[in-house]
Amino acid sequence: MRRHLISAADLSRDDALLILDTADELAKISERSIKKLPTLRGRTVVNLFFEDSTRTRISFEAAAKRLSADVINFSAKGSSVSKGESLKDTALTLEAMGADAVVIRHGASGAPHRLAGWVRGSVVNAGDGTHEHPTQALLDAFTMRRRLGPLDGRRVTIVGDVLHSRVARSNVLLLATLGAEVTLVAPPTLLPVSVGSWPCAVSYDLDAVLPKSDVVMMLRVQRERMNAAFFPTEREYSRRYGLDRDRVAKMHDDAIVMHPGPMNRGMEIAAEVADSPRSTIVEQVANGVTTRMAVLYLLLGGANLGGEDL
Amino acid sequence: MTDAVSHARDQIRGPAHAVLEGPDINRALIRISHEILERTKGGQDVVLLGIPTRGVHLARRLAEHIRQFEGRAVPVGSLDITMYRDDLRTKPARPLGRTELPADGVDDRTVVLVDDVLYSGRTVRAALDALGDLGRPRAVQLAALVDRGHRELPIRADYVGKNLPTSKSEIVKVYLEENDGRDAVVLLKEGDK
Amino acid sequence: MSSETSVTTVIKGARILGGEPADILIDGGVIAAVGPDLSGEATVEAAGLIALPGLVDLHTHLREPGREDAETVESGTRAAALGGFTAVHAMANTSPVADTAGVVEQVWRLGLAAGHCDVQPVGAVTEGLGGERLAELGAMADSAARVRVFSDDGRCVSDAVLMRRALEYVKAFDGVVAQHAQEPRLTEGAQMNEGAVSGRLGLTGWPAVAEEAIIARDCLLAAHVGSRLHVCHVSTAGSVEIIRWAKSKGWNVTAEVTPHHLLLTDDLVEDSPVGAYNPIYKVNPPLRTRADVEALRAALADGTIDVVATDHAPHPVEDKETEWAAAAMGMIGLETALAVVQEAMVETGLLDWAGVAERMSYAPARIGRLSGHGRPLEAGSPANITLYDPSVRAQVDPSSYASKSRNTPYEGRSLPGRVVATFLRGRPTVLDGKLA
Repeated sequence: MRRHLISAADLSRDDALLILDTADELAKISERSIKKLPTLRGRTVVNLFFEDSTRTRISFEAAAKRLSADVINFSAKGSSVSKGESLKDTALTLEAMGADAVVIRHGASGAPHRLAGWVRGSVVNAGDGTHEHPTQALLDAFTMRRRLGPLDGRRVTIVGDVLHSRVARSNVLLLATLGAEVTLVAPPTLLPVSVGSWPCAVSYDLDAVLPKSDVVMMLRVQRERMNAAFFPTEREYSRRYGLDRDRVAKMHDDAIVMHPGPMNRGMEIAAEVADSPRSTIVEQVANGVTTRMAVLYLLLGGANLGGEDL
Repeated sequence: MTDAVSHARDQIRGPAHAVLEGPDINRALIRISHEILERTKGGQDVVLLGIPTRGVHLARRLAEHIRQFEGRAVPVGSLDITMYRDDLRTKPARPLGRTELPADGVDDRTVVLVDDVLYSGRTVRAALDALGDLGRPRAVQLAALVDRGHRELPIRADYVGKNLPTSKSEIVKVYLEENDGRDAVVLLKEGDK
Repeated sequence: MSSETSVTTVIKGARILGGEPADILIDGGVIAAVGPDLSGEATVEAAGLIALPGLVDLHTHLREPGREDAETVESGTRAAALGGFTAVHAMANTSPVADTAGVVEQVWRLGLAAGHCDVQPVGAVTEGLGGERLAELGAMADSAARVRVFSDDGRCVSDAVLMRRALEYVKAFDGVVAQHAQEPRLTEGAQMNEGAVSGRLGLTGWPAVAEEAIIARDCLLAAHVGSRLHVCHVSTAGSVEIIRWAKSKGWNVTAEVTPHHLLLTDDLVEDSPVGAYNPIYKVNPPLRTRADVEALRAALADGTIDVVATDHAPHPVEDKETEWAAAAMGMIGLETALAVVQEAMVETGLLDWAGVAERMSYAPARIGRLSGHGRPLEAGSPANITLYDPSVRAQVDPSSYASKSRNTPYEGRSLPGRVVATFLRGRPTVLDGKLA
């Protein structure tokens, strides 16, 4: 594996399986009374969050702390960043503080790539703009694997705003690496024009795809899209692409429903679907911590073999 | 990180010299099984915890011998110590081994840690730390197929298959049927590396 | 200045437009004679060098007034001279905007004072580049700067009525509207060419149609009102097709392409030696695909695209050392333009040196109505001459550039050729590759 985790495309199949296998072992530790491991004692992990995301930050924080790393939370709000400090200056500050890893969430696609050029530590992408969110894809794959076994040949349907979704990008890449068959379902306005070059199938018809799906992953619809003519109304979106009880009835018995959160209940997913036994939404949160522990351990647990990166 | 199993890739050339063959290993394990039974009043409350990878196979073999001698099924588990090692920073991150405790856990049990080679003692130190996070055994003992000396910590084995005087430049390699297709303990010279 | 022009200078053995070696005698700022075995009071050895008419740039951002941290007229014209240019058109998007006679005259005078090359100001089409009211185009045309090219470059004159009026109005003084073709609604928040790479990188796409739709509209408008349209920095294969069609109708449409759009492609944003998402490749219009590059080269070769214009756009380091979305758009290009054209057009056999002279000197001077530039290297022409050595090749070293800014996309590449000397009306502005 490389020194950084910025894109799901950075992961070979072996890398991805190693992370998932490691997470499997670490999941057992989460079940015992002493959850802490001494592995990253003396290492510093900085959570550098330019966007509010309490869920993701807490997940990374819990992961780092369970590995005994020192955690510094650097939120852009109320810091020098909001006073106009550049990403580069922030990076140099972190460098001076001796960060072994920087977990970055940023509104601009590619910000983690830029950061990786300015710091010596490992950079973990916790979501950049509309680009990628690789640890979300890893925790999703981990969740699927726990419910369904190996992912080779499994049919995963991802529904919603693919155009703006970093979760979708990372999932398509990782699931393709792991041998799953991905189908994207969305109104054409919410798909990149180049989606034909992605390693997945595309459909505009959710009802046609559901019966063949082992996994249905619903993406959050951002409120601001509704005002930008990507689709006529919330109601129409929900009618064509929302997952309600009638649609779930078309899925086969073992198929699962996923959502990266936070959900718009009643919009892309009906409340009763989100709370059904098929739903893995709560597991996904728990699995986030163990998956991120695995990533931090594998990036930081060994010798820093600098120069192996991008 | 990639291949953490670099130790399995030991293509070290040089005069290999088997210090224990299959039957020797078997005899040593039988002896250790008897010793464990003697020291634990017939294996009462004993839990055998093997340290991956080969320690686990050895622990299973010991349990099988004990079952044959005493008709008692001694619980066997595995205890991965990777996350507790003190030399993590010297090598790429390695994949984790399994930690599987018997259903009743280790609290108030006599835990016998089983490893293939006892050397610096650092693995055992890590195992003791790992064990401490899993429960509170009544006592912890240590069984090793080979003790090659050169301890760096105040640790000694309670049960030893063979004491093998070595120089630090030598490498002791344990092969087990379950893992390697044959049983042998081999002493390799580092010279040609 | 005057002392240098009072002596006669002979350039010995230069290959005019890549032809047979000849001598060029300069006397009093004009070419006195061209032929074998000429002699003058001073001699410049030019054996093996190619002589071109002094290059003319139709599209330069000199940043002064307002952004003197990025470039000044002084530094930008030094860069121009070193790049072989004897005249540059200074774009209007300064601060204040060059939308009055006062500002264009100020820029023009700064150019005169610097003396490295002629600075011909471009006037804004609309007040403050606001796209709402025409600027005083006539006043700028009548000013000392004699503005003939009008452009809101950096922004598109997107209002169809306003564009029509501008095209009509400039007919009164033989002006031309140079359009930055970018449909604003289709490019809101746009970051790079919309295609496979933007889809993977999650960067908001900048569709080719946003450029092509405006070019098509403007060609039709120019034809309708019988005026001159110039299309800035054409970047797509589709734009080429539209311009080719407009020209086939006999409409008065000209177009330019930048050196970087002749060489670089959008996949550099994803994969380059300087790392992914490096804003050194962020430019407006964006880098396009290989197919677009091929179409642009072919169009430049067959004359569909009339000129190469640098769109030299200096930015200070801090405006590029950022995340992609926050970075400024633009690349410097004056000092690499000829080298890139050699690499993309000459070495590929698409253009000979006479073609280069047409695309980089004659045509831009014609479009800009610069009577003292873009003249053939023959007796009687102003002695604006560029001597170029196409035989060398070197690594691009931005630290050596005269421009105040370093935002070149070619760092780390090797490029061919070297401007050895530049003469502005007989006076050397560059000699032996250095400012004279």
